[in-house]
Amino acid sequence: MQGTIASAIGVIHIAAAIALLNGAFTTFGQAKIAAQAIESIARQPEAAEDIRGAMFVGLAMAETSGIYGLLIAIIMLFANPLVEVLVNLIS
Amino acid sequence: MILNVDNLWVLNLAGVEVWITETIFNTWVIMLILIVIAIITRVKLRNFKVVPKGFQNVIELIVESFDNFASNSLGESLSYISPWFFMVFAFVLSSAWLSVFGIRAPTADWATTFALAFATFLLMLFMGFRHRKGEYLKSFFSPHPIFFPLNLVGELAKPISLSFRLFGNMLSGTIILTLYYGLTPLFVQFGIPALLHAFFDIIVGAIQTYIFVIISLMYIRNVAS
Repeated sequence: MQGTIASAIGVIHIAAAIALLNGAFTTFGQAKIAAQAIESIARQPEAAEDIRGAMFVGLAMAETSGIYGLLIAIIMLFANPLVEVLVNLIS
Repeated sequence: MILNVDNLWVLNLAGVEVWITETIFNTWVIMLILIVIAIITRVKLRNFKVVPKGFQNVIELIVESFDNFASNSLGESLSYISPWFFMVFAFVLSSAWLSVFGIRAPTADWATTFALAFATFLLMLFMGFRHRKGEYLKSFFSPHPIFFPLNLVGELAKPISLSFRLFGNMLSGTIILTLYYGLTPLFVQFGIPALLHAFFDIIVGAIQTYIFVIISLMYIRNVAS
């Protein structure tokens, strides 16, 4: 019985880690945005202010998916409704 | 290692339980600090000089630069709502920066960020109806009436994504610092966390505040012009 709960919690932790893997792709997208912005600033230094503003907004938009992954991981670890169901089911 | 929001008191108002959580209490602390700063500013600037000097110079610099920022991203005709966003800016920034002193940031609770984002959403609807009237309603049915559910979901997703972005960033900083304080021995808890606080509270807090305000302004501009 305890072994079942322990393995379920282990699976939950692995699932949270997988949910956090989207950070790699998020970072890749953000790196692309930043690289393009730096290239544009180097080409047109007088437009640096506008480009910087657009870059920050784009970075925030790209970050959203990473934040969603983080939230899913946090919910799975700390506020998982399935754990309670499982414990009730077993006991 | 406690990541939950503590519940400090439970008030009983006419049969309804009101929970005074840590978030609400910290919000009051920050409100008190901001109100005191505002009153000091008001008293000190009682006799306003034409040529600014000293304290007045600093206040004018802050207010003017925010006004310029707002009217640049909103356009001149909509810039009359910039005082509300100055308040949001001051609140979110000070809540992020005060967590350096161990106060749990109120923005690390989804209730606070959703309240702020929902206020942006209501303001967006209001500005849309005020400035574009029927055209704004028509934009929900824009290419064809069959797109109405899609447009509605797109509008409703705005406050959700706006609030989760700020919440996630603030909560991740809180979690990392709590983990650091909970897992390390006592003799490394002096000095080194200052760097972590500097990054997760000061820099990330400032960037996320800027992003929250500029994306709110962008939504309103897209709707109202």
